[in-house]
Amino acid sequence: MNLDFSDDQKFLQDEAKKFFDKEGGLSNARSVMDNSLEGDKELWQKIVELGWTGIRIPEAYEGLGLGHLELCVIAEELGRSLAPVPFSSSVYFFTEALIKYSSEEIKSELLPNLVSGEVVGTYGIAEDMHQATESNLSVSVASDKINGIKIAVPDAGMASHMIVVVKSSAGTDLRLVDLDDASVTVTQQKNLDTSRAFFKVEFKDTPSKLIGEPGDGWTYIQHLLDQAAVLFAFEQVGGSQAALDMAKAYSLERFAFGRQIGSYQAIKHKLADMYIAVTLAKSNCYYGAWALSSESAELPLAAATARVSATKAFQLCSKENIQTHGGNGFTWEYDCHLFYKRSKVLSVLLGSEATWKEKLVTNLEKTNTLAKG
Amino acid sequence: MDFNDTPDQAKFRAKCREWLEANAELKESKSSGHADSSLEDHLKVAKAWQQKKYEAGWAMLHWPKEYGGIEASPIERIIWGQEEAKFNVPGGIFEIGLGMCGPVMMQYASEEQKDRYLAPMAEGKEIWCQLFSEPAAGSDVAGLRSKAEKDGDDWIINGQKVWTSGAHYSDFGILVVRHDPDVAKHKGLTFFFVDMKSPGITVKPIKQITGQAGTGAGFNEVYFDNVRIPDSQRLGEIGDGWKVAITTLMNERLAVGDARGSDIEEALILSKTKDDAGEALIKNDSVRERLADWFCQANGLKYTKFRTISALSKGEAPGPEASITKIVSANKLQEIGNFGIDSGDMAGMLIDENDGVSSFQGAWLGAPGLRIAGGTDEILRNVIAERVLGLPQDPRADKGLAFKDIPTKA
Repeated sequence: MNLDFSDDQKFLQDEAKKFFDKEGGLSNARSVMDNSLEGDKELWQKIVELGWTGIRIPEAYEGLGLGHLELCVIAEELGRSLAPVPFSSSVYFFTEALIKYSSEEIKSELLPNLVSGEVVGTYGIAEDMHQATESNLSVSVASDKINGIKIAVPDAGMASHMIVVVKSSAGTDLRLVDLDDASVTVTQQKNLDTSRAFFKVEFKDTPSKLIGEPGDGWTYIQHLLDQAAVLFAFEQVGGSQAALDMAKAYSLERFAFGRQIGSYQAIKHKLADMYIAVTLAKSNCYYGAWALSSESAELPLAAATARVSATKAFQLCSKENIQTHGGNGFTWEYDCHLFYKRSKVLSVLLGSEATWKEKLVTNLEKTNTLAKG
Repeated sequence: MDFNDTPDQAKFRAKCREWLEANAELKESKSSGHADSSLEDHLKVAKAWQQKKYEAGWAMLHWPKEYGGIEASPIERIIWGQEEAKFNVPGGIFEIGLGMCGPVMMQYASEEQKDRYLAPMAEGKEIWCQLFSEPAAGSDVAGLRSKAEKDGDDWIINGQKVWTSGAHYSDFGILVVRHDPDVAKHKGLTFFFVDMKSPGITVKPIKQITGQAGTGAGFNEVYFDNVRIPDSQRLGEIGDGWKVAITTLMNERLAVGDARGSDIEEALILSKTKDDAGEALIKNDSVRERLADWFCQANGLKYTKFRTISALSKGEAPGPEASITKIVSANKLQEIGNFGIDSGDMAGMLIDENDGVSSFQGAWLGAPGLRIAGGTDEILRNVIAERVLGLPQDPRADKGLAFKDIPTKA
């Protein structure tokens, strides 16, 4: 039994943690938030220089050719530091889509540029404030031209390219678009967590290239969402742990009625419940990491389980961290709200908790027996 | 990242498996066991199985070689446990002796006593129990009140113990009592072992909310009325009782266990097979939501255990993650039991005339006890907060007081 990361992967995680600490930790997210930026371009450039955008890109395309487990450990540290960079959009989603489904021509053109940072990718699924389904898509493609509007597109301000889920004559397609094309209009949208930027992206006869086979787009997107769910879950666990650490530190330092507030059982039990939630989520993430890295058929179930568990943990830890801080926790000055807002964005960005619970149970329905621990 | 044994572990597993296959029968289903047999029959079968294991060297794997063990590593104990659990063999009788009483005897008893007591314990000829909890000392077990008074070379014990598993069939027990009420509560305790057949000991099974009493490894009250224990049966120095008790409890902690009973698997089968107004329960949104939550908990615990085993497998000390196990599993058990009963709708409270209490009903009845035994939910949250997160202890109202001056009522 070896349900653990390797020494090399743990080393990489440690390096990532040190890197984000050295670069200012939460101050980067705060600075993006206070200045309404599209993201931290300087921090992103340093991440590119570390080679992390090429972790999964094969060496033939100038990447590092490593596996998903390396992404998992970095994701946890990104989550801990709330790094305001387009890593999830470009690496978990866009890059994975190209590696898995695109033509040799597109790979040769874009993968080396993702490594060097000249290309940054994102993806567009949502079109309105309902759960996106194959039947309610309205953005469409005909003769390789896309028309319509995607909303809540993460990181489109810093991205140069985008994978768009569209309706086609074959069903649903994945389409690659150059965001610098004059036919594309990108407008920033207001959102709850201004340490991350979201955009409305409007296409008017925008040229596009097909990714994979026509009509298979919905299957591709489900698989990409499952993969991304595991990595998002690691971010959520990193954020949960950071919120718990923050609550713990404050409960040791703050005195009330002549005692550290951390000596009151009301606070101790609140923090114990946060620890329980983080531990369950982390273990479910390890299951997800195993399924992701071994390309197991259990990935849909493992991803949904990691996702639901980590969403619950981050929401619990981030909201109770505020309460542990009392009035200070409700101020802009204290960092509690950064976790609270990021936890909300991460909990909806790939689809709501209800959506993923439904996926989880749908997968449970398909299984006849469950392996007992 | 994988779930495979190392070559050494695979070899050890094969060895376990080979012996078990030659000496026991594989379980046909999860439910098969010895639940229906009388206590006497169960003890007879359990003792015979322990004897068989003893002769082949499987009885007390973790014990030192000088006492007949093989000094098995934690991972080897886990592998043996995993394999033995697949066979239809009795359990639940010798764990307290082998896991807690044996090690404390090895550390504190005289050479003659070790020669006299350890082998029969390992062989299953003599059964041991643990006498710590008292009616007024549960979570705060150091507040126990049973008295020990010196009389020549003997000690005279008076008082009452409670929640003693297996006292009704045990031959010996380990015991903590108060020899000095004039010092602080942790300092006035002394540790002994006692012959459970001593004059003055009365064992009374506790009737639990399940209606059961004295069945299987059931609980008991144990009364001490002027019971004589020779000073030679004292374990540790006079006044070191708390220290010895803590060592004993530490030996208990290796077990990587969780609450047994109805789990997500059974809830899922019920949801798929049982109709609710013509449609399977699993089509009900409120059921789906709860199944998702329970699966996240059950799966989270399963992989938490795997993380612990992975650390042990590499010879590393496991992290504190196993501390969440009982609190999560016992609460989940209660919810799943509740769900199973509710699935019977207006008639869910009825007990089947032939089959008796269903596994869901049993889970619902038993879960409150699991949320108390071995540390209440509240104590376990304190343990996580204090030992894992490093938060301060509550200020204690009894701190610095002599035991006799500690308040006991408003």
